[in-house]
Amino acid sequence: MKNKECVAMLLAGGQGTRLKSLTKKIAKPAVYFGGKYRIIDFPLSNCTNSRIDTVGVLTQYEPLVLNDYIGIGAPWDLDRKYGGVSVLPPFMQAEGGGWYEGTANAIYRNLEFLNQYDPEHVLVLSGDHIYKMDYSDMLDYHEASGADATISVLEVPWEDASRFGIMNTEENGRIDEFDEKPEFPKSNLASMGVYIFRWDVLKQYLIEDAEKEDSSHDFGKDIIPALLKDEKKLMAYTFDGYWKDVGTVDSLWEANMDLLQPKPELNLNDHTWRIYSKNPNQPPQYIAPSATVRNALINEGCRIYGTIDTSVIFYGVHVDESSIVKDSVIMPDVKIGKNVKINRAIIAKGSVIEDGAVIGDPAPDSEITLVAEEGSVMASSYAANS
Amino acid sequence: MDQIAGIINLDHEQDLLDELTYFRCGAAVPFAGRYRMIDFTISNMTNSRIESVAVFARRKYRSLMDHLEQGKAWDLDRKRGGLFILPPDWNDPTDISRGDLQHFHNNIDFLRRTLADYILVSGSQHICNINFQDVLKEHKDVNADVTVIYTKVDELYPEHQMAHKLDVDEEGRVTSINNDQGNTNVYMDMYLIKKDYLYELVEECIAHGCSHFFLDGIKAKIPDLHVHAFEYEGVHALVNSVESYYRASTKLLDVEERDELFRDDAPVLTKVKNEAPAKYATSSNVNNTLVANGCIIEGHVEDSILFRGVKVGEGAVIKNSIIMQRCEIESNAVLENVILDKDCSISESRTLIGAPEKPFVLPKRKTM
Repeated sequence: MKNKECVAMLLAGGQGTRLKSLTKKIAKPAVYFGGKYRIIDFPLSNCTNSRIDTVGVLTQYEPLVLNDYIGIGAPWDLDRKYGGVSVLPPFMQAEGGGWYEGTANAIYRNLEFLNQYDPEHVLVLSGDHIYKMDYSDMLDYHEASGADATISVLEVPWEDASRFGIMNTEENGRIDEFDEKPEFPKSNLASMGVYIFRWDVLKQYLIEDAEKEDSSHDFGKDIIPALLKDEKKLMAYTFDGYWKDVGTVDSLWEANMDLLQPKPELNLNDHTWRIYSKNPNQPPQYIAPSATVRNALINEGCRIYGTIDTSVIFYGVHVDESSIVKDSVIMPDVKIGKNVKINRAIIAKGSVIEDGAVIGDPAPDSEITLVAEEGSVMASSYAANS
Repeated sequence: MDQIAGIINLDHEQDLLDELTYFRCGAAVPFAGRYRMIDFTISNMTNSRIESVAVFARRKYRSLMDHLEQGKAWDLDRKRGGLFILPPDWNDPTDISRGDLQHFHNNIDFLRRTLADYILVSGSQHICNINFQDVLKEHKDVNADVTVIYTKVDELYPEHQMAHKLDVDEEGRVTSINNDQGNTNVYMDMYLIKKDYLYELVEECIAHGCSHFFLDGIKAKIPDLHVHAFEYEGVHALVNSVESYYRASTKLLDVEERDELFRDDAPVLTKVKNEAPAKYATSSNVNNTLVANGCIIEGHVEDSILFRGVKVGEGAVIKNSIIMQRCEIESNAVLENVILDKDCSISESRTLIGAPEKPFVLPKRKTM
């Protein structure tokens, strides 16, 4: 078989503890976003749209939902004869085995997977971010610059720079220093967690790193510093567009609210760069005579009899008469009774909110309330502020 | 378990759908916001564990083939069985068959190869949610030669005039198939027959120069055959004209009708389009409307159906209308009692008003 130019490795094993009970039963990449998607739809769709047809998905934490969701990759056109999507959980070998012990270790343990495609380059992605990006442009840049590794960076506001991994670069874009969450940042170019490596170089460093006992086997902490120490050529590729880490309840809520802007920065209606996802195949949504809907995203199978204001509603949600849903994210198959008030909340899949329940705090800067136990029932008497 | 194979026979379907079938056959007409007419027939078949489905297509089938693809949407992309789209490309010099018997004759391999013992033949114009396994059970219980499916309608509309009607005796046996204008037993263009028996009747019809299998092979033989009538009692609409299309669409705004048609245990499936959720702007005002994904609504919409990817500009008003895929209604346009086929655009401040009993239809890709 012909070797592949570029194979993507998608790190999807993270628990995402800051998403609290949203990730109790599912890995972070499986968390719902945008009325229809799961976070992982974004990197997978980016791969397909960038004509990268071979993707290894590294799973570890609560993989059941993720495995089932990815399947053979058909929704993203990744059901291919040669290549396509492969789910790669940790496994046992004659010499032992065990959990993945870091991002670099997860890739190291799958050297055999990569060897079978013998790629020129490996694209390392994380399943935690919402963005649309043409990886083939980055690959062209990587190849043209003759880099050993290219790291995608984003200009962030200076005041936020100390929250990110910051790349200090020369004028030509060559990275000479990497600062993980620096107190006094020298640059505002933040790593997006998207890397392209020459496979021969990466392989060598992964093997060396695996032998170091004091290593944490992490790309940011170990592999990138080792490459820099040896003066390998690392280039920064500046990405200009919407990118959001949805690692916390607040940022997940905000990212959903971003879609409700009159002209959202993340355009989901762009037919040249569709975000694919598994389709629930439900009838069109019904907006009843008693309903008031403004500034909302609503998906198939919903029935709206109440008021929806500035909210994102996933598929199969029922909102009964005289209920008000405002500034909230309602995940799939939630049933909301009559006279319910929901403000600034995220309601997890399958929850039942009984008549008269009051959830969330309408005050503008209040904390986002999470009703996040899948299938939880909120009784009529229920009233909660964050 | 006895297996059933399906044939969707599009020959001899009535077509008074005017503009809606200029560029496509009736089976491919968009319906209910995100479906095509044929989706209901195919979904009924696959929900009844029918694993082989042949489509006898004759005219304007490009759009139909585009929609059906390999049958993936219905899990009919199979190694065993699956979907067979059979357009007329026939080269048998000895062929003397006529009418829809040409289809049966020239596609006899489909029947020969399927492992099913029974064949369910259906058209595409009766919207319903039916389980053909129930039909098979009754067929075997009464030991019928052929079982035809009908429904009792409460009120006869013009679309029913063109349909065949059944006279049924107390035992459920069909005593005549007719066009009696007062008869409310409307034949649903569906029948179940044993495969071997279908062969026999087809051969006989061809030998006698017949051209319409149902009329010549079944209706004409009622005195000799045991033709049983299966009564379907669920939600039903017959769509063969613009008026009936409009009437059937409007019925979908009723929650009970919709719940009976779109059931979790027998879902209606269709080709996936990957549209984003529908977006309602702050200026939007929508009520009593079915909205599909990919729509962007800034205006006022009531008592209507919006298909996937429709854009409604600010200040536009849409009432009692059906707007198909990717239409663009610019700001302050007014539409009432209108059916817009796919890809139409209505420019700013234009007004289009049809009659409530006869909607105004704009064919595909027109700009007003």
